[in-house]
Amino acid sequence: MDRFRGLAVLALIIVVLPLALRNSYHYDVAIRIGMNATMVVGLNLLIGYAGQISLGHAGFFGLGAYASAILTSRYGWPPIAAMISGMAAVGVIAFVVARPILRLRGHYLAMATLGLGIIIYMVLVNESGWTGGNDGMNVKAFSIFGFSLANERAWYWVTGAVLLVAIVLARNIVDSPVGRALRAVHGSETAAQVAGIDTARYKVRVFVVSAVFASAVGSMMAHYVGFITPQVSSFFHSIELVTMVVVGGMASTYGAVLGAAILTMLPQLLSRFEGYEMIVFGLILMLTVIFLPRGLVPTIAARLRKSD
Amino acid sequence: MFRSMLRTTGFALAALALSAGAQAQAPIKIGSVLSVTGPAAFLGDPEKKTLDLYVEKINAAGGVLGRRLELYTYDDGTSAGKANTFVKRLIEEDKVDILVGGTTTGSTMAMVPVVEKAQIPFISLAGAVVIIEPVKKWVFKTPHTDRMAAEKAFEDMKKRGITRVGLLAENSGFGQSGKKETLAVAGKYGMQIVANESYGPKDADVTTQLTKIKNTAGVQAILVFGFGQGPAVVTKNMGQLGITLPHYESHGVASEQYIKLSGRAAEGVRLPAAALLVADALPKNDPQKPVVVGYEKAYKARYKQEVSTFGGHAYDGLMIAVGAIKRAKSTDKAKVRDAIERTKGFIGTGGVVNMSPTDHMGLDLSAFRMLEIRNGTWTLVN
Amino acid sequence: MLSQTLQYFFSGLTNGAIYALSALGFSLIYNASGVINFAQGEFIMLGGVCAVMLTAAGVPLPLAILIAVLVVSLVGLMLEKLAIEPAGDADVVSLIIITIGASIFLQGVAQVVFGPGQRALAPFTGDAPIMIFGASLLPQSMWMMGTGALIVLILAWFFGRTRLGKAMLATAHNRLAARLVGINTRHVLALSFVISAALGAVAGVVSAPITLTSYDVGIMVGLKGFVAATLGGLGSGLGAVVGGLILGLTEALAAGYISSAYKDAVPFVLIILILFFMPRGLFGARASERV
Repeated sequence: MDRFRGLAVLALIIVVLPLALRNSYHYDVAIRIGMNATMVVGLNLLIGYAGQISLGHAGFFGLGAYASAILTSRYGWPPIAAMISGMAAVGVIAFVVARPILRLRGHYLAMATLGLGIIIYMVLVNESGWTGGNDGMNVKAFSIFGFSLANERAWYWVTGAVLLVAIVLARNIVDSPVGRALRAVHGSETAAQVAGIDTARYKVRVFVVSAVFASAVGSMMAHYVGFITPQVSSFFHSIELVTMVVVGGMASTYGAVLGAAILTMLPQLLSRFEGYEMIVFGLILMLTVIFLPRGLVPTIAARLRKSD
Repeated sequence: MFRSMLRTTGFALAALALSAGAQAQAPIKIGSVLSVTGPAAFLGDPEKKTLDLYVEKINAAGGVLGRRLELYTYDDGTSAGKANTFVKRLIEEDKVDILVGGTTTGSTMAMVPVVEKAQIPFISLAGAVVIIEPVKKWVFKTPHTDRMAAEKAFEDMKKRGITRVGLLAENSGFGQSGKKETLAVAGKYGMQIVANESYGPKDADVTTQLTKIKNTAGVQAILVFGFGQGPAVVTKNMGQLGITLPHYESHGVASEQYIKLSGRAAEGVRLPAAALLVADALPKNDPQKPVVVGYEKAYKARYKQEVSTFGGHAYDGLMIAVGAIKRAKSTDKAKVRDAIERTKGFIGTGGVVNMSPTDHMGLDLSAFRMLEIRNGTWTLVN
Repeated sequence: MLSQTLQYFFSGLTNGAIYALSALGFSLIYNASGVINFAQGEFIMLGGVCAVMLTAAGVPLPLAILIAVLVVSLVGLMLEKLAIEPAGDADVVSLIIITIGASIFLQGVAQVVFGPGQRALAPFTGDAPIMIFGASLLPQSMWMMGTGALIVLILAWFFGRTRLGKAMLATAHNRLAARLVGINTRHVLALSFVISAALGAVAGVVSAPITLTSYDVGIMVGLKGFVAATLGGLGSGLGAVVGGLILGLTEALAAGYISSAYKDAVPFVLIILILFFMPRGLFGARASERV
């Protein structure tokens, strides 16, 4: 029941929101929220539900973005083929590294994922013959079957649809037997293993899914902006993504959407206060974890339930 | 939300002024996305200060076409992704008439697709050749290109009989683009790049790379392509290793900070840079003299800081924009664009600008002066 | 040829000494609290920045160093009291995120107070290089290595010979047991942050003449310190120092003999490979995970 209600509410918001969007700048912010939300919904599966931190997911985002950029611009592939190839390649990479990486616990896992992200970033920076290096490269507009996504309005609807699909996929994983196993993993891995659950396999699956989500969004963002730099795979971007999960609410799909919305709008709201953005960003991160350790949406939901 | 409230108040006040009989015309809105914070802050910071200062000055002198200038700036924190959103905000929300800004090549290139689609004139303050090559209808730039820097350095080396050069490039956008252009034009000047090394912008020690270059057979000079803190570390390390080979830097170090950070090791370093750095040393009959001395005085008086060529690029951009608006006698975007493209003989801090439909920068090699650091200050090499 | 290799070696040791000091800070806090403090690099940055600001204001260097260390220690204490302690028994992920938040926050503050530019601290004893077999070493590098060695000795004495140090070690091994024998584990936690912060500040000051300093120098030093600490095995003091030096040397040798473009990737490739085969680092063979 609950899952359909949430989905319906979100779909309604997506449909009604354009009434409040006055120009393509407003659409732009909405689109970025949608794309970030899609990725964070995936990352939340890993961090929120499986309790496995990743400080390197921007790396997968970057791989997807550059797969699209390079395959379409330098080899003339159709964008959709490039995007799917990127997702497949990232899926394979994630699958190969997942087992040894997810064997690690806590800080060692943080270290390994962080390292992975930084290595990807450095490859994108240094292979400038392919990627254009730090100055970035142009990306063609997205087109499929002769239709090209040329303006913000078109992108808005595509992004909205992709977000809804992503949420359905994520909810399916969460509510499946796999998902219940996942929650067990978050609670206590040893206990889950004792209960006969192959935790390693589940963790690998979620890791791959979240990486593929990131890659898909990377491709979309590259086509949407029309230009990318390796910064999209930087450590700081990975942190931004984790922050979205944490602020919105770990293990809460709609929390992830809210987190993405808040943190995407933040730089726009703070644009008058040059230099203070980092201070505010750092404070939000600390204060949320200290005072709302479960994040916004789960905390609010718990309050509402109590008052009922 | 807050800003729109402010603006509403502004409108109310304007209406009040109108009813009081004052003649008020809509201001000319100039939009700018600059990297005021982040790794490129030492470029973006003087750029923003320059724009603030000169918009104020122009308004005090009666504005342009009898209209006030209004400056809208956003800080992209040296992130190309943010620049892309902010330029949309400037065009759609703030409804600016012209864009001056884009501190880094990455930010500029992320703004270009939006600018071309919205058809609004855009004068970039970033360095790389890709911005104007191929020519983009609505995009111009004021700083010299990295290719010109390499050419100017090679020209000077040739005079000194140097043909074999060790290249040390930074892993930043500026350094990578500089490396590419350096390798591309080396042949034209009969130069041979005998060593090709890189370093990271935050490296604390590059003696390894320098030792490698020093021990390369036949190397006669070292050319460093980087900006900010990196070249200072390189310079210090060269002093430490006692490398006496002629040392060339790019225009990326053209600020007082480089000399301060490098200390004595900077002595004898040569670099191509705009005349602005040697304003006082320029001969009296130099056409740029009044412009650069005027800018230097105004900037120093206001901010109590040494000038850098980066702020100068912003000055040039703003003045080219203002000049074009005056000549177009309107803020009609197409007319202003055409007027910018017809800019001829504009004397800026960066040199004499002659734009054309095929050249959206309008500077030639003579815009660069070859400078040498002597006794802790810039001097002209003749 | 010898002089060339020796030069790489010196370069590696210079960088390695910074990484080692950074790694020691990570290990100290990890030992006492199980927290990986991502703001460790910021302690180093703040140390350098404070010293530069103070000397620029005319304060003599020794006094400037002392004040910088005190200021940063205070920051360390506040971090523990205001951010780590209130989080209570938060899990590893939450604690990592809090310290990352602190790191970004401190960078933001430094950027506003110090400005976005870079500045250099004058070398303590001049910059005439010392020549050894044709390779050169800066006096400041000697200062760094010397300070690093001194700190290691002091820490060894502190943990091996003093009551307080032993109490900290006991807390690291078993917090509950330590509390039962009358150790105030809260104070121990706070103390570990203060010591780490002070250590970071010292590292920041002695390295500032070489690395130069700005609001964002802490990130890479911090991350590589984390790599070094992990390499040596989290929580092992000796491991941290060895890890730091290995890291510095590997980087320099990679830059010299393989590719200077990819030298920054070397530490991360190294750590991932090591973790794949030795999931607890070189020297870390500590207790199993708490369930």
